[in-house]
Amino acid sequence: MNELQLLTWARGPGLDIAVGIFVLGVLWRLIEIYTLGRKKDLAAPRRAAGASGLHTVFRRSLAPPGMLKRSPVSYIGGYTFHIGLAIIVFLGAPHILLISNLTGLSWPALPAQLIDLVAVVTMAAMLVMLFDRITKPAKRFLSTFEDWFTWTVTFLPVLTGWLAVQHLLLPYTTMLALHILSAEILLIVLPFTKLFHAFTLFGSRWYNGSANARKGVPV
Amino acid sequence: MSASLNKVTQTLKEVIDAPIASYFESCVHCGLCAEACLFYTETGDPKYTPIHKVEPLRRVYEQEYTLLGRLMKMVGLSKPITDDELEQWQELVYDSCTMCGRCSLVCPVGNDIVYMIRKFREGMAVSGHVPDGIRSATRRTVEIGGPMGLKWPAVANVLKHAEENTGLTIPVDKEGADYLVLLSSMEIVNYPEYIEALAKVFHKAGISFTLASDAFEATNAGIQIGASDIARVIVSRIVDAAERLKVKYVLSPECGHAYMAIRWEGPNLIGRPYGFKVVHVLELLDQLRQEGLLKMKDTFKDPLILHDPCQIVRRGGVLQAPDALIRQVAENYIPIADQQKWNWCCGGGGGASAIHTEEAEALRARAFGVKKRQIEAAGVGTVVTFCANCRITMEEALDHYEMNTKLIGLTELLAEHLED
Amino acid sequence: MQGPLIDTLARQGVSRRTFLKYCATLASMMALPPAAGRAMAEAMAAARRPSVIWLPFQECTGCTESFTRSHSPTLEGMIFDMISLDYQETLMAAAGHQAEEARHTAMRDNAGKYLLIVDGSIPLGVDGAYSCIGGRSNVDLLQEAAAGAAAVIAVGTCAAYGGIPKANPNPTGAVSVSDIVKDKPIVNIPGCPPIPVVMTGVLAHYLTFGSLPELDDKGRPKAFFGETIHDRCYRRPFYDQGKFAKTFDDEGARRGWCLFELGCKGPVTYNACATVKWNGGTSWPVESGHGCLGCSEPDFWDAGGFYKALSVPADPLGFTAAAAMVGAGAGVAGGFANRAKKSTAKKTHEPVTLDDLEVPK
Repeated sequence: MNELQLLTWARGPGLDIAVGIFVLGVLWRLIEIYTLGRKKDLAAPRRAAGASGLHTVFRRSLAPPGMLKRSPVSYIGGYTFHIGLAIIVFLGAPHILLISNLTGLSWPALPAQLIDLVAVVTMAAMLVMLFDRITKPAKRFLSTFEDWFTWTVTFLPVLTGWLAVQHLLLPYTTMLALHILSAEILLIVLPFTKLFHAFTLFGSRWYNGSANARKGVPV
Repeated sequence: MSASLNKVTQTLKEVIDAPIASYFESCVHCGLCAEACLFYTETGDPKYTPIHKVEPLRRVYEQEYTLLGRLMKMVGLSKPITDDELEQWQELVYDSCTMCGRCSLVCPVGNDIVYMIRKFREGMAVSGHVPDGIRSATRRTVEIGGPMGLKWPAVANVLKHAEENTGLTIPVDKEGADYLVLLSSMEIVNYPEYIEALAKVFHKAGISFTLASDAFEATNAGIQIGASDIARVIVSRIVDAAERLKVKYVLSPECGHAYMAIRWEGPNLIGRPYGFKVVHVLELLDQLRQEGLLKMKDTFKDPLILHDPCQIVRRGGVLQAPDALIRQVAENYIPIADQQKWNWCCGGGGGASAIHTEEAEALRARAFGVKKRQIEAAGVGTVVTFCANCRITMEEALDHYEMNTKLIGLTELLAEHLED
Repeated sequence: MQGPLIDTLARQGVSRRTFLKYCATLASMMALPPAAGRAMAEAMAAARRPSVIWLPFQECTGCTESFTRSHSPTLEGMIFDMISLDYQETLMAAAGHQAEEARHTAMRDNAGKYLLIVDGSIPLGVDGAYSCIGGRSNVDLLQEAAAGAAAVIAVGTCAAYGGIPKANPNPTGAVSVSDIVKDKPIVNIPGCPPIPVVMTGVLAHYLTFGSLPELDDKGRPKAFFGETIHDRCYRRPFYDQGKFAKTFDDEGARRGWCLFELGCKGPVTYNACATVKWNGGTSWPVESGHGCLGCSEPDFWDAGGFYKALSVPADPLGFTAAAAMVGAGAGVAGGFANRAKKSTAKKTHEPVTLDDLEVPK
């Protein structure tokens, strides 16, 4: 198989398989998780301004008071790489084209050089986060194979995408194929690893927020 | 699988629900919950990271309720929980967790970790992996009536003294009263002033109240140990008495977990909503303040800070009343950085204060470090709180550090300065 | 035609000066030092013209056309004067047994020294019966001719990689020259058709230095195939700015914006079109408003459609709907199993007693 065939496979059957497993996994896991149900809270609720599941879904994106100071790397690094990933995925021209091809939705792209810069910053932030995971006692203690693995599969698409655009290491065609393949691996493992938090965090925040909202506590 | 382990899995299978599943699936091992836990911040020991304290629960969830986990279990690739492991976790689930719920407030993916601890304790309790102190408190509550083994005659005696001191009548088992007043053993034994203060306030406001001779104890060790069946037995005493006496309100004492038990867990334990309302004493006092019925004859002059008990404020929702009340009575109230729902626990909640092993006591003393810094930073000689358990925990810690800080209950402080 | 090349050229009205200039340009295109231009001119002018056998297989003659059918005679066309073209079906006057005889003679007289040029792919299906010349299959002819060749030049994408005949489903079982010939140096000059000057360059290099130019891992002369169309494209700045033509007749197309979204394969196509251009430097596909098809890349015909951008699916997603059904099914099945398990646990619940709290014996 030559690199153009690899690329065509990645864009064709590979993408089909990856998106298929992704959709399958996401639906399966979401249904499996949320059909477990929960008991109705029978205690008389108390109402308070700013306390609801929806409030918490949004509020939890901000660092709680004092926490930024306690764990600056987690917050600044975390914000940087999450926002960076979002910019690259949703504002890079080739990615918008992919989304538009799959969904019909389209919007203007950012200049390629800016995306390049964001990719570099994102990778730097991810490396810092990795270093933090290695050196910070609580994080290191919690870390399992899955943590290193998911870091890698998240890092690789950014790295290969950047290398492809910069024409580094391997010919563009090969790198582009590897980039698409690495993104496909990310799609495939997402529903079955902690990366699934991209979906469940909304449910988790909502549960936490609504349970505490019944007590009148905006969390 | 041993019989006790079987009980653990059966129980955990009952209590694991969609929120728990969602929480476990969302955790990214970021470790930020550790930064919110005083047992981690004060010791630096990563095993006290809150989410780690529910690791066996996570494994049961995964092995019982996820398709992949079931497959792994079938082919023998998963690690089942063991008795040894649960024994090891006892310290993490009880000694080093006060169910203060601060971690639930910082988790970036929104996990309510204290909710998970509460559920996990159900499994720990049925298999006997519980600290002796909490176990015997639970036994005394069920068999005698209160965690300290207090019986009605002793309470009646305290009430008689209160009547003598105040010159007011304290009604007992009076049908049709507005309020059924609950007490905690700790208050009856250590802070009887609370009862006198309450009698004065009720008299002043012209509100009728009563105590129930068969349901005076508000605390519920069943909740702390995590056995809902036992907690139900205990809470039912109060519900039965309230319904028998046809009261409109049940007044929860200052005690934090008592409020949690009667206000929030009670209806869910008995499986139906109450026919009466549960009010925390500070909510009542604040309401009277707003109605102008809580006038002070003078104010308290010494500078002081407020310690917000977790179960009443962060976990109980009584957010505004304490601040308004303390401003009513204290001239030099100094608000601190982490207060109200962001407060730091005293270190003795969730039943921890009942554990009297050397290790547990040493750990509590260390965990008090954060409170100690708050007191020292504010430079005050007085700490006001509104939970008998916080008060006793902090008193022990102040002794340990040989600090001269004075501890006062908020209701008691208000009563002292109440207009005659 | 005998005698040195320079005489031939002079007879055709190409001055020595023009020839020198051309050789200098060629040398610079091939990234050779300036002195190489003169060396090339001298070597070529004086060279004894090597014997060349040109075998056409499954092809459309487009490659030959590319070299011969210019509007006006070009220097590229003169490559035929550099060599002694002893066999080329399309161009030769001889036919039938006479032509075959010429081939045999050339192979015999120049054994081990002649150059073999091949255009077209080689069908292997039905024992090679899809394409035969004088009753012999292409693969047979190729093996025979390659055995005595000094080197093989595979001209065009078909000879280099199998090309269009090899496109899915490849009914004739077409393969490339390098799939058959394993023991001779092979130069691939892919393109559909290939750029004439690349051919001239390779021959000039061979005549001057007696060796083949530096090749990449696909056997292509590095000098011409070192960079992608995209990297040398004059529309590249628009790509970097995110300015794309969305249709062939929109404002962006009129303004000459990047054709990436219209399926241009420039980013994955290694060729010299963007610098050398076509038709005597007049224009090239992208300049004329159409994206690159990637014709000089292996399997370009099956690379997901000419009008599909590189970052979009090459095929429509076929599994998604089925996967969604299976996923939802697995979820619901798991959900039911979970609920059944939970309700069993609840049904068999035995009230917790104080004795349960005791340490297990």
